[in-house]
Amino acid sequence: MSVDSTAPTEPSVDNPAPLIEPPRARTAKTPKATRTNFELYGWLFMRLSGIVLVVLVIGHLLIQLVLDGGVTKVSFAFVAGRWASPFWMTWDLVMLWLAMLHGANGLRTIINDYAERANTRFWLKMLLYTATVFTVLLGTLVIFTFDPNI
Amino acid sequence: MSTPTLEKKSDGPARSEDATPYITVTFRLRRFNPEELEEAYWEDFTIEIDPKERVLDALHKIKWEEDGTLTFRRSCAHGICGSDAMRINGRNRLACKTLIKDINPEKPITVEAIKGLTVLKDLVVDMEPFFQAYRDVMPFLVTNGNEPTRERFQSAEDRERFDDTTKCILCAACTSSCPVFWNDGQYFGPAAIVNAHRFIFDSRDEAGEQRLEILNDRDGVWRCRTTFNCTDACPRGIEVTKAIQEVKRALITRRF
Repeated sequence: MSVDSTAPTEPSVDNPAPLIEPPRARTAKTPKATRTNFELYGWLFMRLSGIVLVVLVIGHLLIQLVLDGGVTKVSFAFVAGRWASPFWMTWDLVMLWLAMLHGANGLRTIINDYAERANTRFWLKMLLYTATVFTVLLGTLVIFTFDPNI
Repeated sequence: MSTPTLEKKSDGPARSEDATPYITVTFRLRRFNPEELEEAYWEDFTIEIDPKERVLDALHKIKWEEDGTLTFRRSCAHGICGSDAMRINGRNRLACKTLIKDINPEKPITVEAIKGLTVLKDLVVDMEPFFQAYRDVMPFLVTNGNEPTRERFQSAEDRERFDDTTKCILCAACTSSCPVFWNDGQYFGPAAIVNAHRFIFDSRDEAGEQRLEILNDRDGVWRCRTTFNCTDACPRGIEVTKAIQEVKRALITRRF
């Protein structure tokens, strides 16, 4: 029985199944087996960074929004005072890196799951990586070169 | 010769006249015939049937008495061969294990092909991608060295370790209920992982490492989102998501 002659070329609402060349055919487009542990490390990183982020983010929100007068106290002077201490610089730096990588990896899996065409998938991920690298570098630069006498 | 049977038959109609067990049920079937129409469409069949019968009996009744072109797979009709997995009222089930009274026969019962695989005709899908994923995880015993002259011994505890995943009948109800599989069909899918689990945790097998390596790749266990659709869909009651998590844990403990 020939599948290709009868099946539609594009998945549609009525035929939601993607046309997969049987049998999971290894075509020229099929990515090679990576034989790396990248996905394992990615999965593990999500769990571990998630645990750390719960502490970091809830602590951050408490300090910024709840304790000591709440959000009204946040000003340039308040931020400058906090970043005078290496402890808060480290806190914010770790939070920035973990949150950005955690979010980026999460979005990467979402793009992998939902993007339907290889091209869409590629460009969405490129956009994601560019945005992530830009935000992480900019944030890191600000934390390290912050000058309270600006 | 068979007087008891005859006697039973003679007073059978008398009983059923008082209270007929038959009710009227509408079956809304997803029809697709590429030789006639490019689009799939819903078609309603209203039949008289005993609610204690199964959806498969209803499909037979429709095929044999109303529309002979209705196409579906079934072999043993007793929940073992795994041929007749289909989406009944939006859930993947075996038509031969689903009683009509259990799925609210007052409303039309929808029956459609399982999702994520190319529909060939009506309720029949192309299972080849599913079986290719199954073959890819090497679902057979691999051993080194000389064959023993007698059977390979295994303790009851070692057998118990993978008992749950031996129940798989390869009906594809789990894989075709998995939203990750629906997208591009490249994910190995729950069924292949369950059958890999069956050998990875078998004390007699020696290729567990190879199978773990296969499932460690891009489309392996790490694409599982733990949505439990597979566990809900399994007609054999296998704890599919748990098996997938055990493979993940085996991969992690192997690495660290």
